[in-house]
Amino acid sequence: MNAALAIIVLTIVAALLLGLRARHGKDMNLEQWTVGGRGFGTVLVFVLMAGEIYTTFTFLGGSGFAYGHGAPAFYILSYGCLAYVLSYWLLPPIWRYARQHRLIAQPDFFARKYDSPALGVLVAVVGIVALVPYLVLQLKGLGIIVDAAAYGTISPTLAIWIGAVVVTTYVMVSGVHGSAWTAVVKDILILAVVLFLGIYLPIRYYGGYGAMFTAIQAAKPGFLVLPPQGESLTWFDSTVLLTALGFFMWPHTFGSLYTAKEERAFRRNAALLPLYQLILLFVFFVGFAAILKVPGLKGPDIDLSLLRLSIATFDPWFVGVIGAAGVLTALVPGSMILMTSATLLANTIVRTVHPQITDVTVSNLAKGLVPVIALVSVLFTVRGGSTIVALLLMGYAFVTQLFPSLLASLLPRNPVTREGAFAGICVGVATVAATSLAHTGIATLLPGLPGPLRDLNIGIVALALNVLVTGIVSALTYRRTALARHAR
Amino acid sequence: MGLIKYLAALPFIGILVGVPLLNRVEPLVLGLPLVLAWIVLWIILTAVIMAIIYFADPANRDAPESRP
Repeated sequence: MNAALAIIVLTIVAALLLGLRARHGKDMNLEQWTVGGRGFGTVLVFVLMAGEIYTTFTFLGGSGFAYGHGAPAFYILSYGCLAYVLSYWLLPPIWRYARQHRLIAQPDFFARKYDSPALGVLVAVVGIVALVPYLVLQLKGLGIIVDAAAYGTISPTLAIWIGAVVVTTYVMVSGVHGSAWTAVVKDILILAVVLFLGIYLPIRYYGGYGAMFTAIQAAKPGFLVLPPQGESLTWFDSTVLLTALGFFMWPHTFGSLYTAKEERAFRRNAALLPLYQLILLFVFFVGFAAILKVPGLKGPDIDLSLLRLSIATFDPWFVGVIGAAGVLTALVPGSMILMTSATLLANTIVRTVHPQITDVTVSNLAKGLVPVIALVSVLFTVRGGSTIVALLLMGYAFVTQLFPSLLASLLPRNPVTREGAFAGICVGVATVAATSLAHTGIATLLPGLPGPLRDLNIGIVALALNVLVTGIVSALTYRRTALARHAR
Repeated sequence: MGLIKYLAALPFIGILVGVPLLNRVEPLVLGLPLVLAWIVLWIILTAVIMAIIYFADPANRDAPESRP
Protein backbone atom coordinates (compact mmCIF):
# COMPACT_ATOMS: atom_id res chain seq x y z
CA MET A 1 0.00 0.00 0.00
CA ASN A 2 1.44 3.41 -0.94
CA ALA A 3 1.51 6.49 1.30
CA ALA A 4 -1.47 8.12 -0.45
CA LEU A 5 -3.74 5.14 0.07
CA ALA A 6 -2.59 4.67 3.68
CA ILE A 7 -3.54 8.25 4.56
CA ILE A 8 -6.94 7.85 2.93
CA VAL A 9 -7.65 4.60 4.78
CA LEU A 10 -6.63 6.23 8.08
CA THR A 11 -9.02 9.14 7.39
CA ILE A 12 -11.91 6.78 6.74
CA VAL A 13 -11.21 4.87 9.98
CA ALA A 14 -10.97 8.16 11.93
CA ALA A 15 -14.29 9.36 10.47
CA LEU A 16 -15.98 6.12 11.51
CA LEU A 17 -14.58 6.42 15.05
CA LEU A 18 -15.73 10.03 15.26
CA GLY A 19 -19.19 8.91 14.17
CA LEU A 20 -19.27 6.22 16.86
CA ARG A 21 -18.15 8.70 19.50
CA ALA A 22 -20.82 11.22 18.45
CA ARG A 23 -23.47 8.61 19.13
CA HIS A 24 -22.04 7.64 22.47
CA GLY A 25 -24.41 8.22 25.38
CA LYS A 26 -27.26 9.51 23.19
CA ASP A 27 -30.65 7.94 22.94
CA MET A 28 -31.14 7.47 19.20
CA ASN A 29 -34.85 7.61 18.47
CA LEU A 30 -36.00 8.66 14.99
CA GLU A 31 -35.93 12.37 15.88
CA GLN A 32 -32.41 12.12 17.33
CA TRP A 33 -31.13 10.07 14.43
CA THR A 34 -32.47 12.41 11.76
CA VAL A 35 -32.80 15.94 13.13
CA GLY A 36 -30.43 15.75 16.11
CA GLY A 37 -33.20 16.56 18.56
CA ARG A 38 -33.38 20.13 17.12
CA GLY A 39 -30.58 21.21 19.45
CA PHE A 40 -27.86 22.52 17.09
CA GLY A 41 -26.66 26.11 17.49
CA THR A 42 -25.57 28.58 14.80
CA VAL A 43 -22.12 27.10 14.38
CA LEU A 44 -23.23 23.50 13.86
CA VAL A 45 -26.10 24.49 11.57
CA PHE A 46 -23.63 26.60 9.61
CA VAL A 47 -21.22 23.70 9.33
CA LEU A 48 -23.95 21.22 8.46
CA MET A 49 -25.43 23.46 5.78
CA ALA A 50 -22.01 24.31 4.40
CA GLY A 51 -21.07 20.66 4.70
CA GLU A 52 -23.83 19.66 2.38
CA ILE A 53 -23.06 22.39 -0.05
CA TYR A 54 -19.34 21.72 -0.32
CA THR A 55 -19.39 18.19 -1.61
CA THR A 56 -17.50 16.14 -4.16
CA PHE A 57 -19.53 18.19 -6.56
CA THR A 58 -17.52 21.31 -5.77
CA PHE A 59 -14.19 19.60 -5.23
CA LEU A 60 -13.96 17.34 -8.28
CA GLY A 61 -17.01 18.45 -10.27
CA GLY A 62 -16.26 22.18 -9.98
CA SER A 63 -12.62 21.88 -10.98
CA GLY A 64 -13.52 19.40 -13.71
CA PHE A 65 -16.20 21.68 -15.15
CA ALA A 66 -13.80 24.64 -15.21
CA TYR A 67 -11.25 22.38 -16.91
CA GLY A 68 -13.63 20.98 -19.51
CA HIS A 69 -16.17 23.77 -20.06
CA GLY A 70 -14.47 27.02 -18.95
CA ALA A 71 -16.62 30.05 -18.12
CA PRO A 72 -19.97 28.17 -17.82
CA ALA A 73 -18.52 26.80 -14.56
CA PHE A 74 -18.99 30.29 -13.11
CA TYR A 75 -22.67 29.46 -12.64
CA ILE A 76 -21.59 27.34 -9.63
CA LEU A 77 -20.13 30.45 -8.03
CA SER A 78 -23.24 32.54 -8.72
CA TYR A 79 -26.29 30.60 -7.60
CA GLY A 80 -25.31 30.07 -3.99
CA CYS A 81 -25.25 33.72 -3.05
CA LEU A 82 -28.69 34.31 -4.61
CA ALA A 83 -30.01 31.29 -2.71
CA TYR A 84 -28.69 32.72 0.57
CA VAL A 85 -30.48 36.00 -0.10
CA LEU A 86 -33.72 34.04 -0.46
CA SER A 87 -32.91 31.98 2.63
CA TYR A 88 -33.19 35.03 4.89
CA TRP A 89 -36.95 35.13 4.37
CA LEU A 90 -37.62 31.56 3.25
CA LEU A 91 -36.07 29.45 6.00
CA PRO A 92 -37.34 30.99 9.28
CA PRO A 93 -41.05 30.38 8.52
CA ILE A 94 -40.30 26.81 7.39
CA TRP A 95 -38.35 26.18 10.61
CA ARG A 96 -41.09 27.67 12.82
CA TYR A 97 -43.77 25.56 11.21
CA ALA A 98 -41.66 22.38 11.38
CA ARG A 99 -40.89 22.94 15.04
CA GLN A 100 -44.48 23.71 15.94
CA HIS A 101 -45.69 20.49 14.33
CA ARG A 102 -42.64 18.38 15.25
CA LEU A 103 -41.96 17.44 11.63
CA ILE A 104 -39.19 14.97 10.80
CA ALA A 105 -38.79 15.15 7.04
CA GLN A 106 -39.57 17.38 4.08
CA PRO A 107 -42.75 15.60 2.87
CA ASP A 108 -44.33 16.08 6.32
CA PHE A 109 -44.22 19.80 5.64
CA PHE A 110 -46.16 19.57 2.39
CA ALA A 111 -48.54 16.92 3.75
CA ARG A 112 -49.33 19.11 6.76
CA LYS A 113 -49.59 22.45 4.92
CA TYR A 114 -51.84 21.03 2.22
CA ASP A 115 -53.58 18.58 4.55
CA SER A 116 -52.85 15.80 2.07
CA PRO A 117 -50.84 12.64 2.83
CA ALA A 118 -50.89 11.86 -0.91
CA LEU A 119 -48.99 15.10 -1.61
CA GLY A 120 -46.49 14.06 1.07
CA VAL A 121 -45.91 10.78 -0.75
CA LEU A 122 -45.45 12.60 -4.06
CA VAL A 123 -42.90 14.96 -2.49
CA ALA A 124 -41.06 11.98 -1.00
CA VAL A 125 -40.93 10.28 -4.39
CA VAL A 126 -39.62 13.44 -6.09
CA GLY A 127 -37.03 13.75 -3.32
CA ILE A 128 -35.78 10.22 -3.72
CA VAL A 129 -35.69 10.50 -7.51
CA ALA A 130 -33.57 13.67 -7.19
CA LEU A 131 -31.33 12.23 -4.49
CA VAL A 132 -30.26 9.19 -6.49
CA PRO A 133 -28.17 11.20 -9.01
CA TYR A 134 -26.79 13.22 -6.08
CA LEU A 135 -25.71 10.07 -4.25
CA VAL A 136 -24.38 8.59 -7.48
CA LEU A 137 -22.15 11.62 -7.93
CA GLN A 138 -20.74 11.30 -4.39
CA LEU A 139 -19.94 7.62 -4.97
CA LYS A 140 -18.44 8.45 -8.33
CA GLY A 141 -16.23 11.01 -6.59
CA LEU A 142 -15.19 8.50 -3.92
CA GLY A 143 -14.38 6.01 -6.66
CA ILE A 144 -12.27 8.54 -8.57
CA ILE A 145 -10.31 9.46 -5.45
CA VAL A 146 -9.61 5.92 -4.25
CA ASP A 147 -8.73 4.87 -7.78
CA ALA A 148 -6.36 7.80 -8.31
CA ALA A 149 -4.74 7.50 -4.87
CA ALA A 150 -4.11 3.79 -5.44
CA TYR A 151 -2.17 4.75 -8.60
CA GLY A 152 -4.15 2.24 -10.64
CA THR A 153 -3.86 -0.76 -8.31
CA ILE A 154 -7.59 -0.72 -7.46
CA SER A 155 -10.10 -0.78 -10.30
CA PRO A 156 -12.60 2.12 -10.43
CA THR A 157 -15.52 -0.27 -9.96
CA LEU A 158 -13.99 -1.82 -6.86
CA ALA A 159 -13.24 1.70 -5.59
CA ILE A 160 -16.94 2.64 -5.95
CA TRP A 161 -17.97 -0.47 -4.02
CA ILE A 162 -15.49 0.38 -1.25
CA GLY A 163 -16.87 3.92 -1.13
CA ALA A 164 -20.46 2.67 -0.88
CA VAL A 165 -19.62 0.28 1.97
CA VAL A 166 -17.89 3.06 3.90
CA VAL A 167 -20.79 5.51 3.52
CA THR A 168 -23.34 2.85 4.47
CA THR A 169 -21.45 1.79 7.59
CA TYR A 170 -20.97 5.40 8.55
CA VAL A 171 -24.68 6.25 8.33
CA MET A 172 -25.85 3.15 10.15
CA VAL A 173 -23.40 3.82 12.96
CA SER A 174 -23.94 7.51 13.57
CA GLY A 175 -26.91 9.29 11.96
CA VAL A 176 -26.89 13.09 11.90
CA HIS A 177 -24.57 13.54 14.89
CA GLY A 178 -21.76 11.80 13.05
CA SER A 179 -22.35 14.06 10.04
CA ALA A 180 -22.08 17.20 12.12
CA TRP A 181 -18.77 16.32 13.79
CA THR A 182 -17.11 14.93 10.71
CA ALA A 183 -18.35 18.01 8.86
CA VAL A 184 -16.29 20.20 11.19
CA VAL A 185 -13.10 18.26 10.44
CA LYS A 186 -13.95 18.10 6.76
CA ASP A 187 -14.56 21.83 6.41
CA ILE A 188 -11.22 22.73 7.95
CA LEU A 189 -9.35 20.21 5.80
CA ILE A 190 -11.08 21.10 2.54
CA LEU A 191 -10.60 24.81 3.16
CA ALA A 192 -6.86 24.35 3.73
CA VAL A 193 -6.37 21.99 0.78
CA VAL A 194 -8.38 24.04 -1.72
CA LEU A 195 -6.80 27.35 -0.75
CA PHE A 196 -3.34 25.83 -0.96
CA LEU A 197 -3.92 24.16 -4.36
CA GLY A 198 -5.71 27.20 -5.79
CA ILE A 199 -2.86 29.52 -4.84
CA TYR A 200 0.15 27.22 -5.31
CA LEU A 201 -0.62 25.54 -8.64
CA PRO A 202 -1.25 28.69 -10.75
CA ILE A 203 1.85 30.36 -9.30
CA ARG A 204 4.08 27.33 -9.73
CA TYR A 205 3.01 26.59 -13.30
CA TYR A 206 2.27 30.06 -14.68
CA GLY A 207 3.73 32.59 -12.24
CA GLY A 208 0.34 34.07 -11.31
CA TYR A 209 -3.36 34.32 -12.10
CA GLY A 210 -3.03 37.03 -14.76
CA ALA A 211 -0.40 35.01 -16.61
CA MET A 212 -2.47 31.83 -16.30
CA PHE A 213 -5.63 33.37 -17.74
CA THR A 214 -3.65 35.13 -20.49
CA ALA A 215 -2.10 31.78 -21.46
CA ILE A 216 -5.52 30.04 -21.51
CA GLN A 217 -7.03 32.91 -23.49
CA ALA A 218 -4.22 32.58 -26.05
CA ALA A 219 -4.48 28.78 -26.29
CA LYS A 220 -8.30 28.56 -26.27
CA PRO A 221 -9.91 31.85 -27.38
CA GLY A 222 -13.47 32.22 -26.09
CA PHE A 223 -13.02 29.62 -23.35
CA LEU A 224 -13.15 32.21 -20.56
CA VAL A 225 -16.45 33.82 -21.57
CA LEU A 226 -19.90 32.31 -21.95
CA PRO A 227 -20.20 31.09 -25.56
CA PRO A 228 -22.81 32.43 -28.03
CA GLN A 229 -24.48 29.00 -28.23
CA GLY A 230 -24.98 25.96 -26.02
CA GLU A 231 -23.93 26.98 -22.50
CA SER A 232 -24.74 30.56 -23.46
CA LEU A 233 -25.97 33.57 -21.50
CA THR A 234 -29.53 32.20 -21.63
CA TRP A 235 -28.27 28.90 -20.26
CA PHE A 236 -26.34 30.73 -17.53
CA ASP A 237 -29.26 32.86 -16.34
CA SER A 238 -31.80 30.04 -16.45
CA THR A 239 -29.43 27.62 -14.71
CA VAL A 240 -28.49 30.11 -11.99
CA LEU A 241 -32.17 30.86 -11.39
CA LEU A 242 -33.16 27.18 -11.34
CA THR A 243 -30.42 26.17 -8.91
CA ALA A 244 -30.92 29.23 -6.66
CA LEU A 245 -34.63 28.42 -6.29
CA GLY A 246 -33.94 24.71 -5.82
CA PHE A 247 -31.08 25.19 -3.36
CA PHE A 248 -33.13 24.55 -0.23
CA MET A 249 -35.60 22.16 -1.86
CA TRP A 250 -33.28 19.17 -1.48
CA PRO A 251 -34.84 16.81 1.05
CA HIS A 252 -31.60 16.54 3.06
CA THR A 253 -31.06 20.33 3.13
CA PHE A 254 -34.70 20.88 4.06
CA GLY A 255 -34.33 18.23 6.76
CA SER A 256 -31.16 19.79 8.16
CA LEU A 257 -33.07 23.06 8.68
CA TYR A 258 -35.05 21.24 11.34
CA THR A 259 -31.85 20.64 13.32
CA ALA A 260 -31.54 24.35 14.25
CA LYS A 261 -32.21 25.55 17.78
CA GLU A 262 -33.28 29.07 16.83
CA GLU A 263 -34.39 30.82 13.65
CA ARG A 264 -31.84 33.63 13.90
CA ALA A 265 -29.17 31.09 12.90
CA PHE A 266 -30.55 31.17 9.33
CA ARG A 267 -30.58 34.95 9.08
CA ARG A 268 -27.02 35.21 10.37
CA ASN A 269 -25.91 32.50 7.96
CA ALA A 270 -27.47 34.44 5.06
CA ALA A 271 -24.76 37.05 5.59
CA LEU A 272 -21.91 34.61 6.34
CA LEU A 273 -22.39 31.81 3.82
CA PRO A 274 -22.00 33.90 0.63
CA LEU A 275 -18.37 34.55 1.60
CA TYR A 276 -17.87 30.83 2.01
CA GLN A 277 -18.71 30.56 -1.71
CA LEU A 278 -15.37 32.16 -2.49
CA ILE A 279 -13.68 28.80 -1.80
CA LEU A 280 -15.12 27.78 -5.15
CA LEU A 281 -12.97 30.36 -6.85
CA PHE A 282 -9.88 28.46 -5.77
CA VAL A 283 -11.40 25.19 -6.94
CA PHE A 284 -11.80 26.80 -10.38
CA PHE A 285 -8.18 27.98 -10.33
CA VAL A 286 -7.08 24.35 -9.95
CA GLY A 287 -9.24 23.31 -12.92
CA PHE A 288 -7.90 26.18 -15.03
CA ALA A 289 -4.31 25.41 -14.04
CA ALA A 290 -4.83 21.82 -15.25
CA ILE A 291 -6.00 22.86 -18.74
CA LEU A 292 -2.56 23.36 -20.22
CA LYS A 293 -0.69 21.00 -17.87
CA VAL A 294 -2.71 17.76 -18.06
CA PRO A 295 -4.56 18.28 -21.37
CA GLY A 296 -6.67 15.73 -23.19
CA LEU A 297 -9.22 14.61 -20.56
CA LYS A 298 -12.59 14.31 -22.31
CA GLY A 299 -16.24 13.58 -21.44
CA PRO A 300 -16.75 12.23 -17.92
CA ASP A 301 -12.95 12.12 -17.44
CA ILE A 302 -12.82 15.90 -16.90
CA ASP A 303 -13.71 15.15 -13.27
CA LEU A 304 -10.23 13.63 -12.88
CA SER A 305 -8.39 16.88 -13.65
CA LEU A 306 -7.73 17.99 -10.05
CA LEU A 307 -6.28 14.65 -9.02
CA ARG A 308 -4.28 14.18 -12.22
CA LEU A 309 -2.62 17.55 -11.77
CA SER A 310 -1.98 16.80 -8.08
CA ILE A 311 -0.34 13.47 -8.91
CA ALA A 312 1.81 15.17 -11.52
CA THR A 313 2.89 17.80 -9.00
CA PHE A 314 3.17 16.30 -5.50
CA ASP A 315 4.63 13.35 -3.57
CA PRO A 316 2.26 10.45 -2.81
CA TRP A 317 1.81 11.43 0.85
CA PHE A 318 0.45 14.83 -0.14
CA VAL A 319 -1.78 13.28 -2.80
CA GLY A 320 -3.05 11.23 0.16
CA VAL A 321 -3.92 14.39 2.09
CA ILE A 322 -5.77 15.81 -0.92
CA GLY A 323 -7.53 12.49 -1.39
CA ALA A 324 -8.48 12.40 2.30
CA ALA A 325 -10.11 15.84 2.00
CA GLY A 326 -11.92 14.58 -1.08
CA VAL A 327 -13.11 11.43 0.71
CA LEU A 328 -14.60 13.52 3.51
CA THR A 329 -16.38 15.81 1.02
CA ALA A 330 -18.08 12.72 -0.36
CA LEU A 331 -18.66 10.98 2.97
CA VAL A 332 -20.49 13.74 4.86
CA PRO A 333 -23.01 14.71 2.18
CA GLY A 334 -23.24 11.11 1.02
CA SER A 335 -24.27 10.03 4.50
CA MET A 336 -26.83 12.84 4.78
CA ILE A 337 -28.31 11.89 1.42
CA LEU A 338 -28.48 8.19 2.25
CA MET A 339 -30.06 8.83 5.61
CA THR A 340 -32.57 11.24 4.12
CA SER A 341 -33.65 8.85 1.38
CA ALA A 342 -34.07 6.02 3.89
CA THR A 343 -36.12 8.21 6.22
CA LEU A 344 -38.25 9.45 3.32
CA LEU A 345 -39.03 5.92 2.25
CA ALA A 346 -39.74 4.58 5.73
CA ASN A 347 -41.37 7.53 7.42
CA THR A 348 -43.43 8.96 4.59
CA ILE A 349 -44.24 6.25 2.12
CA VAL A 350 -44.52 3.21 4.41
CA ARG A 351 -46.23 5.19 7.16
CA THR A 352 -48.86 6.54 4.77
CA VAL A 353 -49.69 2.99 3.70
CA HIS A 354 -49.60 1.60 7.26
CA PRO A 355 -50.53 4.49 9.58
CA GLN A 356 -50.51 2.33 12.73
CA ILE A 357 -46.78 1.55 12.44
CA THR A 358 -44.71 2.49 15.54
CA ASP A 359 -41.75 4.89 15.70
CA VAL A 360 -39.39 2.08 16.60
CA THR A 361 -40.40 0.07 13.54
CA VAL A 362 -40.00 3.12 11.26
CA SER A 363 -36.58 3.81 12.73
CA ASN A 364 -35.43 0.21 12.22
CA LEU A 365 -36.92 0.12 8.74
CA ALA A 366 -35.09 3.34 7.83
CA LYS A 367 -31.78 1.84 8.96
CA GLY A 368 -32.53 -1.35 7.08
CA LEU A 369 -33.18 0.60 3.88
CA VAL A 370 -29.81 2.37 3.98
CA PRO A 371 -27.83 -0.50 2.38
CA VAL A 372 -30.60 -1.09 -0.16
CA ILE A 373 -30.49 2.49 -1.41
CA ALA A 374 -26.69 2.42 -1.43
CA LEU A 375 -26.80 -0.72 -3.57
CA VAL A 376 -29.18 0.82 -6.11
CA SER A 377 -26.94 3.88 -6.36
CA VAL A 378 -23.82 1.77 -6.86
CA LEU A 379 -25.50 0.02 -9.78
CA PHE A 380 -26.30 3.40 -11.37
CA THR A 381 -22.76 4.64 -10.68
CA VAL A 382 -21.08 1.66 -12.26
CA ARG A 383 -23.20 2.12 -15.40
CA GLY A 384 -22.00 5.75 -15.37
CA GLY A 385 -21.25 8.01 -18.30
CA SER A 386 -22.28 11.45 -17.03
CA THR A 387 -20.10 14.14 -15.54
CA ILE A 388 -20.62 15.13 -11.91
CA VAL A 389 -22.10 18.49 -12.88
CA ALA A 390 -24.57 16.93 -15.32
CA LEU A 391 -25.79 14.59 -12.55
CA LEU A 392 -26.32 17.43 -10.11
CA LEU A 393 -28.14 19.59 -12.65
CA MET A 394 -30.54 16.71 -13.31
CA GLY A 395 -31.25 16.42 -9.58
CA TYR A 396 -31.81 20.18 -9.38
CA ALA A 397 -34.29 20.12 -12.25
CA PHE A 398 -36.32 17.61 -10.22
CA VAL A 399 -36.25 19.21 -6.75
CA THR A 400 -36.91 22.74 -7.95
CA GLN A 401 -40.37 21.59 -9.05
CA LEU A 402 -41.31 21.66 -5.35
CA PHE A 403 -40.55 25.37 -5.05
CA PRO A 404 -43.82 26.93 -6.34
CA SER A 405 -46.11 25.02 -3.98
CA LEU A 406 -43.72 25.52 -1.06
CA LEU A 407 -43.61 29.27 -1.62
CA ALA A 408 -47.39 29.46 -1.98
CA SER A 409 -47.87 27.52 1.26
CA LEU A 410 -45.92 30.19 3.18
CA LEU A 411 -48.30 32.96 2.09
CA PRO A 412 -50.90 34.12 4.63
CA ARG A 413 -53.69 32.92 2.29
CA ASN A 414 -52.41 30.09 0.13
CA PRO A 415 -53.88 30.48 -3.38
CA VAL A 416 -52.73 26.98 -4.37
CA THR A 417 -54.94 24.00 -3.65
CA ARG A 418 -53.70 20.50 -2.97
CA GLU A 419 -54.93 19.41 -6.39
CA GLY A 420 -53.08 22.33 -7.98
CA ALA A 421 -49.85 21.52 -6.13
CA PHE A 422 -50.12 17.84 -7.02
CA ALA A 423 -50.79 18.47 -10.73
CA GLY A 424 -48.08 21.13 -11.03
CA ILE A 425 -45.37 19.00 -9.44
CA CYS A 426 -46.35 16.00 -11.59
CA VAL A 427 -46.19 18.02 -14.83
CA GLY A 428 -42.84 19.60 -13.90
CA VAL A 429 -41.22 16.33 -12.90
CA ALA A 430 -42.63 14.49 -15.93
CA THR A 431 -41.18 17.15 -18.24
CA VAL A 432 -37.72 16.78 -16.70
CA ALA A 433 -37.90 12.98 -16.65
CA ALA A 434 -39.04 12.76 -20.28
CA THR A 435 -36.26 15.01 -21.56
CA SER A 436 -33.56 13.41 -19.36
CA LEU A 437 -34.49 9.89 -20.41
CA ALA A 438 -34.65 10.85 -24.08
CA HIS A 439 -31.39 12.87 -23.75
CA THR A 440 -32.97 15.81 -25.54
CA GLY A 441 -33.20 19.51 -24.81
CA ILE A 442 -35.45 22.35 -25.83
CA ALA A 443 -33.55 22.78 -29.09
CA THR A 444 -34.60 19.34 -30.35
CA LEU A 445 -38.15 19.51 -28.99
CA LEU A 446 -39.00 22.93 -30.35
CA PRO A 447 -36.64 23.62 -33.25
CA GLY A 448 -38.65 26.70 -34.26
CA LEU A 449 -37.71 28.66 -31.15
CA PRO A 450 -35.61 31.80 -31.62
CA GLY A 451 -31.86 31.22 -31.00
CA PRO A 452 -31.28 32.36 -27.42
CA LEU A 453 -34.38 30.62 -26.01
CA ARG A 454 -33.15 27.25 -27.23
CA ASP A 455 -30.42 27.22 -24.60
CA LEU A 456 -32.85 27.56 -21.67
CA ASN A 457 -32.22 25.02 -18.93
CA ILE A 458 -34.91 22.36 -19.27
CA GLY A 459 -35.60 22.61 -15.53
CA ILE A 460 -36.74 26.22 -15.94
CA VAL A 461 -39.05 25.29 -18.80
CA ALA A 462 -40.49 22.51 -16.63
CA LEU A 463 -40.87 25.01 -13.80
CA ALA A 464 -42.83 27.40 -16.03
CA LEU A 465 -45.18 24.56 -17.09
CA ASN A 466 -45.46 23.57 -13.43
CA VAL A 467 -46.53 27.08 -12.38
CA LEU A 468 -48.99 27.30 -15.25
CA VAL A 469 -50.65 23.97 -14.40
CA THR A 470 -50.62 24.72 -10.67
CA GLY A 471 -52.39 28.01 -11.38
CA ILE A 472 -55.04 26.55 -13.68
CA VAL A 473 -55.86 23.53 -11.51
CA SER A 474 -55.92 25.67 -8.36
CA ALA A 475 -58.31 28.14 -9.98
CA LEU A 476 -60.61 25.26 -10.96
CA THR A 477 -60.57 23.65 -7.49
CA TYR A 478 -60.18 26.70 -5.24
CA ARG A 479 -63.90 27.31 -4.61
CA ARG A 480 -64.48 23.74 -3.53
CA THR A 481 -61.46 23.74 -1.22
CA ALA A 482 -62.47 27.07 0.28
CA LEU A 483 -66.01 25.78 0.92
CA ALA A 484 -64.65 22.61 2.53
CA ARG A 485 -62.37 24.69 4.72
CA HIS A 486 -65.29 26.92 5.67
CA ALA A 487 -67.49 23.95 6.53
CA ARG A 488 -64.81 22.69 8.91
CA MET B 1 -36.52 47.95 8.35
CA GLY B 2 -38.59 49.64 5.64
CA LEU B 3 -36.84 50.21 2.35
CA ILE B 4 -33.59 48.50 3.38
CA LYS B 5 -34.96 45.05 2.60
CA TYR B 6 -35.25 45.99 -1.08
CA LEU B 7 -31.44 46.01 -1.22
CA ALA B 8 -31.82 42.23 -1.46
CA ALA B 9 -32.91 42.65 -5.10
CA LEU B 10 -29.49 44.02 -6.07
CA PRO B 11 -27.57 40.68 -6.13
CA PHE B 12 -30.17 39.27 -8.55
CA ILE B 13 -29.75 42.26 -10.86
CA GLY B 14 -25.96 42.20 -10.46
CA ILE B 15 -25.70 38.56 -11.50
CA LEU B 16 -28.60 37.87 -13.85
CA VAL B 17 -28.37 41.20 -15.72
CA GLY B 18 -24.76 42.14 -15.02
CA VAL B 19 -23.11 38.92 -16.25
CA PRO B 20 -24.70 39.08 -19.74
CA LEU B 21 -23.57 42.72 -20.04
CA LEU B 22 -20.00 42.07 -18.87
CA ASN B 23 -19.31 38.72 -20.55
CA ARG B 24 -15.72 39.64 -21.46
CA VAL B 25 -12.18 38.54 -20.57
CA GLU B 26 -10.41 41.88 -21.00
CA PRO B 27 -9.48 43.80 -19.00
CA LEU B 28 -8.22 41.33 -16.39
CA VAL B 29 -9.10 42.53 -12.88
CA LEU B 30 -6.62 41.33 -10.23
CA GLY B 31 -5.58 38.73 -12.77
CA LEU B 32 -9.15 37.44 -13.25
CA PRO B 33 -11.22 37.59 -16.44
CA LEU B 34 -13.65 40.53 -16.17
CA VAL B 35 -16.78 38.36 -15.97
CA LEU B 36 -15.31 36.25 -13.16
CA ALA B 37 -14.14 39.34 -11.24
CA TRP B 38 -17.66 40.77 -11.56
CA ILE B 39 -19.21 37.63 -10.02
CA VAL B 40 -16.68 37.68 -7.18
CA LEU B 41 -17.50 41.34 -6.53
CA TRP B 42 -21.18 40.46 -6.23
CA ILE B 43 -20.53 37.62 -3.81
CA ILE B 44 -18.77 40.07 -1.49
CA LEU B 45 -21.48 42.70 -1.98
CA THR B 46 -24.16 40.10 -1.23
CA ALA B 47 -22.54 39.35 2.12
CA VAL B 48 -22.35 43.08 2.88
CA ILE B 49 -25.98 43.67 1.86
CA MET B 50 -27.25 40.74 3.92
CA ALA B 51 -25.25 41.94 6.94
CA ILE B 52 -26.85 45.41 6.60
CA ILE B 53 -30.29 43.81 6.39
CA TYR B 54 -29.50 41.59 9.37
CA PHE B 55 -28.54 44.51 11.58
CA ALA B 56 -31.45 46.67 10.40
CA ASP B 57 -34.03 43.93 11.03
CA PRO B 58 -35.68 44.39 14.44
CA ALA B 59 -36.34 40.63 14.57
CA ASN B 60 -32.64 40.07 15.26
CA ARG B 61 -32.28 42.60 18.04
CA ASP B 62 -33.14 40.95 21.37
CA ALA B 63 -31.19 37.98 22.67
CA PRO B 64 -33.07 35.00 21.26
CA GLU B 65 -30.90 32.41 23.07
CA SER B 66 -32.59 33.41 26.33
CA ARG B 67 -36.07 33.40 24.84
CA PRO B 68 -38.22 30.42 25.82
